[in-house]
Amino acid sequence: MTPRRPVDTGDPDRLYMITGGRHRVDDSFDLVTLIVSECEPVPGMQSEHRRILEVCRHPAAVVEVAAELDLPVTVVKILLSDLLATRKITARHPRRTPTGAALPESALLKQVLDGLQNL
Amino acid sequence: MDSKTSDPAEISAPPARTPLGQTVDTGLKIVVVGGFGVGKTTLVGSVSEIRPLSTEEIMTQAGVGIDELPEDGRKVTTTVAFDFGRITLNDHMVLYLFGAPGQERFWFLWDRLFSGTLGAVVLVDTRKLADSWYAIDRLEHHRTPFVVAVNRFDDAPRHSLEQIRKALSLGDDIPVIDCDARRTPSGKDVLVTLVNHLYELSLAREMTP
Repeated sequence: MTPRRPVDTGDPDRLYMITGGRHRVDDSFDLVTLIVSECEPVPGMQSEHRRILEVCRHPAAVVEVAAELDLPVTVVKILLSDLLATRKITARHPRRTPTGAALPESALLKQVLDGLQNL
Repeated sequence: MDSKTSDPAEISAPPARTPLGQTVDTGLKIVVVGGFGVGKTTLVGSVSEIRPLSTEEIMTQAGVGIDELPEDGRKVTTTVAFDFGRITLNDHMVLYLFGAPGQERFWFLWDRLFSGTLGAVVLVDTRKLADSWYAIDRLEHHRTPFVVAVNRFDDAPRHSLEQIRKALSLGDDIPVIDCDARRTPSGKDVLVTLVNHLYELSLAREMTP
């Protein structure tokens, strides 16, 4: 078994190009924020944006979009911010507990438990 | 499918996309932590409705704990890869399971990736028990509730769960269970044990005035 090790991204210039040199990330996106396309891709769109609109015809989590595009999560969040700002996608954010580390309410956990038991 | 490992070559082929239903609006996270080769991806794969996918996150040198710029002035950037799978729980909720490498550098990314996670599974190989100490310490530090699942390998020494609890200095309140990460019912049991533990913690908190 080959242990997976952190690797060099190899081509930072490529990531720089894709994000137009931006590196500020919209923190509102969580790994499991669900993204939904609100329009179809149009000619002339950046290819990554087009791809996101295709992938998100059905809801898809940020982490799924990142895997589909084969890009780091941070880069995908920057691309998603563009699409959100122009209302080409909507985002369904996970509930956040007010205190961060706190457990969710038991009612939500009961739903998770029921869902798992029905697998 | 029962021999899945964390070998990226095995999971690089894209799955046929199984789309989520349009009504799903709540994404949830559970993290499986463990050393290399302990069976994280196997466990994720045994319960996931999609083949485990792999993705990566960028880690700047600050995250690696180096605070000197290299001579050419360019920022050293590495990535940390992790796997995930998915379970649709009902019409509105979907659970994502993440397999996270337990090594030190990864914990710099914990908050960015896994804040808001429901809880964690520490997957343990009895032949490499020491690999789990650091992960347990970090989870306690982040106040992430967890359970310990012992992935039984055929050639591993058969320590009892009580011996393992002792060796890992776990309190009596932390569930420790056996599992066979290759088997779906066993993987499901691990998740049910974790969520049941979380449920009881949450109930206890709600009862506390």
